[in-house]
Amino acid sequence: MQKPPPTHPPLPSRLLRPLPFLPFLLLRLGRLILARPPPVLLNVVSSCCCVACSSPPWLPSPLFVSRCRSLTLDGPFLAPTLVARVVRKLSFRCQSSKLLLGAGCVAGKKAPLSSGGGNVRGAVSASKAVTEKPNSGSKSDKADLLVTKDEGLELYEDMVLGRSFEDMCAQMYYRGKMFGFVHLYNGQEAVSTGFIKLLKQTDFVTSTYRDHVHALSKGVPARQVMAELFGKSTGCCRGQGGSMHMFSAEHGLLGGFAFIGEGIPVAVGAAFTSKYKREVLKEEGDMPVSIAFFGDGTANNGQFFECLNMAQLWKLPVIFVVENNLWAIGMSHYRSTSDPEIWKKGPAFGMASAHVDGMDVLKVREVAKEAVERARRGDGPTLIECETYRFRGHSLADPDELRAPAEKAHYAARDPIVALKKYLLDNEIATEAELKSIEKKIDEVVEDAVEFADASPLPGRSQLLENVFADPKGFGIGPDGRYRCEDPGFTAGTAQV
Amino acid sequence: MAMAAAAPTVPICHGRRASPCSSKQVSVSVSVAMRAWASKSSSLSSSSSKSPRLVAAHATAVATKEAASTTSSSQGGHELLMFEALREGLSEEMERDPKVCVIGEDVGDYGGSYKVTKGFSEKFGSWRVLDTPIAENSFTGMAIGSAMTGLRPVVEGMNMGFLLLAYNQIANNCGMLHYTSGGQFTIPIVIRGPGGVGRQLGAEHSQRLESYFQSVPGLQMVACSTPYNAKGLMKAAIRCENPVILYEHVLLYNLKEKIPDEEYVCCLEEAEMVRPGTEITILTYSRMRYHVTQAAKTLVDRGYDPEIIDIRSLKPFDMYTIGESVRKTHRVLIVEECMRTGGIGASLRSAIMESFWDELDGPIGCLSSQDVPTPYSGPLEELTVVQPHQIVTAVENLCGKK
Repeated sequence: MQKPPPTHPPLPSRLLRPLPFLPFLLLRLGRLILARPPPVLLNVVSSCCCVACSSPPWLPSPLFVSRCRSLTLDGPFLAPTLVARVVRKLSFRCQSSKLLLGAGCVAGKKAPLSSGGGNVRGAVSASKAVTEKPNSGSKSDKADLLVTKDEGLELYEDMVLGRSFEDMCAQMYYRGKMFGFVHLYNGQEAVSTGFIKLLKQTDFVTSTYRDHVHALSKGVPARQVMAELFGKSTGCCRGQGGSMHMFSAEHGLLGGFAFIGEGIPVAVGAAFTSKYKREVLKEEGDMPVSIAFFGDGTANNGQFFECLNMAQLWKLPVIFVVENNLWAIGMSHYRSTSDPEIWKKGPAFGMASAHVDGMDVLKVREVAKEAVERARRGDGPTLIECETYRFRGHSLADPDELRAPAEKAHYAARDPIVALKKYLLDNEIATEAELKSIEKKIDEVVEDAVEFADASPLPGRSQLLENVFADPKGFGIGPDGRYRCEDPGFTAGTAQV
Repeated sequence: MAMAAAAPTVPICHGRRASPCSSKQVSVSVSVAMRAWASKSSSLSSSSSKSPRLVAAHATAVATKEAASTTSSSQGGHELLMFEALREGLSEEMERDPKVCVIGEDVGDYGGSYKVTKGFSEKFGSWRVLDTPIAENSFTGMAIGSAMTGLRPVVEGMNMGFLLLAYNQIANNCGMLHYTSGGQFTIPIVIRGPGGVGRQLGAEHSQRLESYFQSVPGLQMVACSTPYNAKGLMKAAIRCENPVILYEHVLLYNLKEKIPDEEYVCCLEEAEMVRPGTEITILTYSRMRYHVTQAAKTLVDRGYDPEIIDIRSLKPFDMYTIGESVRKTHRVLIVEECMRTGGIGASLRSAIMESFWDELDGPIGCLSSQDVPTPYSGPLEELTVVQPHQIVTAVENLCGKK
């Protein structure tokens, strides 16, 4: 009797199975031979679809491997668990955390805050990292938690402070307590909290006109920020800066800039100082890190590209954080940008970059941790695109008519504060009562800030000329031979300068 | 991150006002100026020719100081070209303070497009003399950020005209941040570079940026014109806590002069007396100083007695030196290389009229460049810039023919 034929699958499909991995394997082989890590960008088109989110693939799904020369943690060889993530680039608005860092970068291990999670199928990942557990609300082990209780409460408090403060700003604006352009940060708190809460006081932050919450996260007291908004002399900039120019030397907040892109070179400059102090002045200790926050519109500006180049060229300890909220006032990101994927612009300069769900503070925090550590080690800059959304209009004067209600609803459902609260409660990191007490405390802080600002005096006339020059001899010599700043009227603000 | 201003340990040369100043420095300054007046406009010789009338004038002009030796040759000193003087000043400041660094295109390995930073890369290292990519807006912003966090950068614009690309950062950040931050951050930056009309460099390389930047609040602007004041102003600008723009001129880099061996710093806010006189005050700066001194030779031959002042400080104006001169002569002629519209001369004219209206016997004359993009062709280029014969004619018109 003849034996039955062997029951293995038909030859062709078995041979085809390793095909998607072939370029990757060839690359590994090539690197073994060459023994040095060239920066490589691989595109392998795959046909699988994203199952993590319900929207159809926005682009043909490519696989990207972005390996950056500057990442030298593991030397020329990539450890299996830390291999460059081969992540499916599926839909542009995919809810999963997509990290495209080279060797040495830790991807987000879990994505517990995103709802509707599924597995990212089809792509090869040598590690288990970029997978989402279905969020069934079940408790995770303590060891798997992303934050300790203290950290969780700190993050929660910071985000609630940001939200409450901005809501109060809106109220105060409509009551006529502040004027001009006021840009609120509602909805984007996860980005500010996720990054800035990892920084020290000696680290630097530059921001845009949407800077209230960056100031609060960096440690500037709410009183000083509110007083500044009211234009009072007790404000952090003595009432001279206003909503769009928050500065604090004590807390390392380098501004607050009204023109987009202006703050990015300033952050690069602060990073240059950090590196200079180490290289030239031989100062010891942790290298201060700078973070530049800016929006999607700024990513089309020349200063952005120039700074990416210089920062990577000199390996400066700066982190470029793009708060991509899809809208630059009324200009949709897709209408103004030839390639809307901003994170891709980093590898063009040889820079490590990442795309992260900016509505999820824990994911942001994980990516931020890696980026900050890289910068502090001296491994250079990182570009991080945070997918986020502003719940309010561009400014308080913006009628916000162009954004679709469906889009707003989609992101309102992903409120970062609600998500963090759910995570903390579901994982029994904090109780409802503790969170309520935090909210109550923040309410009091914000009320107190308003009262303080209301009660503070407006700047006097004498303040007009005081800070124009650091050295007031810059006003020059008057007809009488004395410096104009020596004029008795100078301190009264009445001197002719 | 305000840095405490270093107390000056060297005499700051004050020309006219009652301030502590060694008379030696003053005499050097004036005698240098007299030599400049005595020689041709294109170069300075180191001869110590001077007329007796000028020596007497010198003794009266510097009223607060005792008349001392009027030549520098008796004190030693060394001769160098203006770009070498700038280099010397910059080098001394970089040795004195390790936080001073130079940022710009081709400043390191190339030594600077006009060789002002030649040799610096080997001496100070490439972090202190940073060769940047061609990104003026961003590297100026980077210099501002580093100034806010403790360094004292000197930004070199390869040509001043390129700084138009950095206008955003200079106007918005450099000038404003000290104020908008409520005094929390100082920006002790120096922005320097060659500008002005050269020899057929074309319109874009022949720009005068002093008119564009003069309105920016929070900036100081100075223009150097001799090796002596180039070095002194460079050092003063680096030590100053305010952002300073130092304007150099492409055609003056090869001026030769003897400068003192000992350390000195010029005052940023003061003007310089070039030639004392009694009949008319001629206010000028940078390259036009030499056209004026050349014209003054003709004028003296024809019997005029012009007082020539190099205003040096374009923002703020030294209204004391100018005022003292106007009180003496009652006639003013401004000679500048800036454009007619909105130039330094226009501002200076209105400032003088505002302060010294009663002292004036007639309208203030102002000779500026034509409002024309500087043409390439030689004869046309000459026509756009004020020439000595035009200065002579203007003085004759203001003072009356002799």
